[in-house]
Amino acid sequence: MMEQVRFLTTGDTSVSVEFGNAISEAINRDIRAYKIALEKAGIPGIVETVPTYRALMVHYNPGIIRSWALKEKLEALLGEMGDIEIPPSPVLEIPVLYGGEMGPDLAFVAEHAGLSQEEVIKIHSSTEYLIYMLGFTPGFTYLGGMSDSIATPRLQQPRVKIPAGSVGIAGSQTGIYPIDSPGGWQLIGRTPLKMYDPERETPILPEAGQYIQFFPVDQEEYDLILRAVEKGSYELKTHERKEV
Amino acid sequence: MSIRVIQPGVQTTVQDLGRFGYQQYGVPVAGAMDPHSMKLANILLDNDPGEAVLEITIMGPQLLFEEANYVALTGGDLGATLDGVPMPRYQAVLIRPGQTLRFLGLRNGCRAYLAFAGGLDIPPVMGSRSTYLKAKIGGYQGRKLEAGDVLYYRNANPALIFPERRLLGIDFVPQKQYELRVVLGPQDDYFTEAGLETFFKEVYTVSAEFDRMGCRLEGAVVEHKNGGDIISDGIAFGAIQVPSAGKPIIMAADRQTTGGYTKIATVISADFRLLGQLKGGDKVHFVPVSVEQAENSLFLEQQYYQMIIDYFNRDRTLL
Repeated sequence: MMEQVRFLTTGDTSVSVEFGNAISEAINRDIRAYKIALEKAGIPGIVETVPTYRALMVHYNPGIIRSWALKEKLEALLGEMGDIEIPPSPVLEIPVLYGGEMGPDLAFVAEHAGLSQEEVIKIHSSTEYLIYMLGFTPGFTYLGGMSDSIATPRLQQPRVKIPAGSVGIAGSQTGIYPIDSPGGWQLIGRTPLKMYDPERETPILPEAGQYIQFFPVDQEEYDLILRAVEKGSYELKTHERKEV
Repeated sequence: MSIRVIQPGVQTTVQDLGRFGYQQYGVPVAGAMDPHSMKLANILLDNDPGEAVLEITIMGPQLLFEEANYVALTGGDLGATLDGVPMPRYQAVLIRPGQTLRFLGLRNGCRAYLAFAGGLDIPPVMGSRSTYLKAKIGGYQGRKLEAGDVLYYRNANPALIFPERRLLGIDFVPQKQYELRVVLGPQDDYFTEAGLETFFKEVYTVSAEFDRMGCRLEGAVVEHKNGGDIISDGIAFGAIQVPSAGKPIIMAADRQTTGGYTKIATVISADFRLLGQLKGGDKVHFVPVSVEQAENSLFLEQQYYQMIIDYFNRDRTLL
């Protein structure tokens, strides 16, 4: 891992530890491992870390640790990576009510793919999608791994308001709208979960390096989960990712 | 009752030092555009330097005070008057119930900071009282102030200790051309030699597009080796993005957490006090410094804060 890692200067209160220059699962794994190792190391002065496709940005307080001292510690940590145990990534199970009012573009996606709606649902919900990073809006996940067989171009005319929880497809990407927003994704369903809730103890559920898998629910299950979510009693289900 | 908003101004928001710890979830930091002026206003009032204040932009509000408290106004000069008389800036001012603060118009800078002794009664969201307008979180109901809003003090302190010595020189001084110190990177290697030379040699003009997210500049095109797109990485406060068209954009408090454009350099923290006061038509010029020089400037600033805090509080233990 060590050879290709670069330390990039991003001002006087952060540094970017760059692991590669591509969208790749291997780079994402390295970044997640390094982030976990850094948290375990508990270096004083680190304010927060931000994983992206290519790097881990480390924000720090120069009043507590100066950049040269931090860089030394960050470099040393790279050398110790082999000794640190990285837990397997959890897969977050996201319930989705596909089609109908919740997924008005499911029929179009199916037609475009030359598949039945059931087949689209089966393909979309049988993949464990890697969360490369979050960004764009609070709680928006950049997911990788969608099957090309259901890739669909964006809407010609974006919608003015897409409800939070909508699950969509744009090109070969899939994702969830965490907040009400305008957008041009093909909407195939909706989750009753709040991916983002600023008032909740954990405001945002997913983290970079974890996986998301959608599972289809019917209207009755959707309503039940929604009620539990509103009461704050719903517990997000996860399973351990099978090593591949 | 504490403060009644009669007129809201163009964009008056509650801000503190920002919302840290959530950038990895895509939540922008927000916070004061000119954190230096914000801290001075708080220090003048014996507040924590990071206490939430009102950030007032270009055209200020009209505020009716209904409870006695000390306030302090810093940053750009927006023409503040108290009951029609010019209000002193950079000092603790006792406001009596029934007094009205009004802003007559911009004299210099872009943003003023109004702090209140004891702070405002605003619930923190994700650890911060800063308003992030785009996602409607923090501050006063997640938005800028509107006419009819009522703000409450958290712990009004009309008996502020040593009020007469709480006075500083006017700190923000308008300049014909603002020199912004930057450290190179993270993607300075995406630019040609000529591109880097242009960036440091030319004078840039702030365009009409300047807000809490960023400040678009007009001027000479900065040349890339192979275009301005990258696979997304994180964005710091003060990062200077240069998209393929070659016009720099300085990213500010409400920047998105990640982005896919090359960033040539980053404005140093000690110069955010200038960055936060820029407005359309202002001239800027970039000067490279090392990270060590940037840190030293930041430490000098910290020492200055400590010095004035000590000065305001001297003999306090004797009381």
